[in-house]
Amino acid sequence: MSSSKTKRSMLARLIPGLGSLAKRGPSGWMVITGLVIVLALVVMTALGPWLTPYDPIKHHGPIRAAPSLQYPMGTNHLGQDMLSRTLTGGSIMLQVSALSVLICFLIGVPLGLFSSYVGGMLDSTVSLVIDAVYAFPGLVIAIAIAAMLGTGVINMALSIAVVYIPSYFRIIRSQVLSIKEFAYVEAAKASGAKWHTILSRYIFPNVIPSIVVVATVNFADAVLTAAGLTFIGLGVTKDVPDWGWDLTDGRNYLSTGAWWIITFPGLMIILLALGFTLVGEGLSELLNPKLQR
Amino acid sequence: MGLRSYVITRILLTIPTLLLLLSMVFLVMRVLPGDPVALHFEKKASQSQMDEMRHILGLDKPLWGQYADYILGLVDVNYFLAHGYPNLGKSMQTYEEVGGQVFSAFPATLELAIYSMIIACMIGILLGVVASKSYNSVLDHAIRGFGTVTYAIPVFFLGIVFQLIFGVYLHWLPTGLRINPNITPPTTITGLYTIDSLLEGNFTKFLESLKALVLPSLTLGLILSGIFIRLTRTNMLETLRLDFVTAAKARGLRETTVTYGYALRNAFLPILTMMGLQFALLLGGAILTETTFSWPGLGRYIVTRINFRDYTAIQGAVVMFGVFVALVSLVVDILYAYFDPRIRL
Repeated sequence: MSSSKTKRSMLARLIPGLGSLAKRGPSGWMVITGLVIVLALVVMTALGPWLTPYDPIKHHGPIRAAPSLQYPMGTNHLGQDMLSRTLTGGSIMLQVSALSVLICFLIGVPLGLFSSYVGGMLDSTVSLVIDAVYAFPGLVIAIAIAAMLGTGVINMALSIAVVYIPSYFRIIRSQVLSIKEFAYVEAAKASGAKWHTILSRYIFPNVIPSIVVVATVNFADAVLTAAGLTFIGLGVTKDVPDWGWDLTDGRNYLSTGAWWIITFPGLMIILLALGFTLVGEGLSELLNPKLQR
Repeated sequence: MGLRSYVITRILLTIPTLLLLLSMVFLVMRVLPGDPVALHFEKKASQSQMDEMRHILGLDKPLWGQYADYILGLVDVNYFLAHGYPNLGKSMQTYEEVGGQVFSAFPATLELAIYSMIIACMIGILLGVVASKSYNSVLDHAIRGFGTVTYAIPVFFLGIVFQLIFGVYLHWLPTGLRINPNITPPTTITGLYTIDSLLEGNFTKFLESLKALVLPSLTLGLILSGIFIRLTRTNMLETLRLDFVTAAKARGLRETTVTYGYALRNAFLPILTMMGLQFALLLGGAILTETTFSWPGLGRYIVTRINFRDYTAIQGAVVMFGVFVALVSLVVDILYAYFDPRIRL
């Protein structure tokens, strides 16, 4: 009894909040599962270059060999080892999605806070533009921007970020509009606090939970959008192993029945997107008091 | 406000939205760094070749002149009446009218979108209701899990897997194109093969085009169903707790009548709004689905044009997508106002 108790408290101390998450029922477990999946994939990609049995971009063995003891995930049409490519293929996708979330955060959050706090003409104009972007098919915007900017990690991240900035803006705006009417904000104003102090110290901390939820959903979407952009030929490069690229390329050899070329990279993309989705969905459920009976 | 004045206001409000949208597309395609003509030739053309193309396409004018050409071309009613499609400029690759190409590709996308939406709604609403009825049970968790997983699957991956299973291994269904290439497509009336073939009275063609639709629309529909499951479940959970549901149950109405006749009807409005919003997502997914299934729609058009670096054509297709989404959201808003009089207040 006592040993399990100390175990739990140690775990809780190791990763703050994890212990309390586990007590929150299924939604808490969703968040934990999602975090574990994402962390595992990040670690796998980071350590990938040391784990691979073969060089992922060198052409070794037989062409389109089915999974065997020597090549557990088979080889592609260039004779590259799919296990090595799967272990290392997450780097571009992780970089692109992390960078796009960062860009969204750096632009969407200040824009949302400032515009909705100031209100008036500025807010109406920004909202109008943001709503127009929001209503547009996201992938179409991303495609148009990526086609104009050209390929590359930063350009891809930028084109995805443009699509998701509206989500940050809208959620922040809806919250700031009610928070700024609260008495404590009024009190801060009355005691002479400057606008940036009010925004950063009194309002921003209260919108963080919603931003975290949006960011995790944004992460999942960015992974899928990056894969989609790669699929239609706007991918980063062919010289670095990439799940999206393997999936795109493997599709051309489907008729030969080579299922292994697409299956493993595809499953990796699903796992990564699923990890983020689980975190986002679990968190939003925990934060939605309406659903807690 | 009456329904009629609401509809008129809403239509008038669509005009500035459209103008904003068109300006955004222009901003991305013409003002962002990157000269479309230079990009098109990938530095493999002489200055005079590039100048000639700029002149033919009107890209040698100052930006405001290009903007005016672009907007005025779109609203040119005489052009529309003469050609049957709006003036979207000329393609960089072939110098053909982009409007004509975009308009002939559009029905394929529309047909795919309609069938996918039907599948997504059917699966989503049905499973969502079942999940909400069995709240917190194993079934509920399983359905939610299904919804979450479908959301995380790249649409083209699911498409490829379906092609592999039902096309390559089982040979049950075609893995591409709108109709068996040995059959002449039905005469174009609406452009939707399933409807045109029925209007023609040709049942074989109808079956063939339906067969070709199964895999693409199932792919796209399944991916989208997750959102509808979640939405239906949440709204049903909230509605099932309301007093009128308890009252209906207390009066001894049958469970199914209460669930579908009372609760679902009231939970349906937010779902309808969501349908409008999801249409944008659906069209994004359609680009990838069309590429997977060689479906000759607007999405595949955009993707082939990207490979040719044909920026004027990309612009035209993007405009078409945007206008279509704006029109769908207009229709959804009007429907919403029709069903829920409170909106019109």
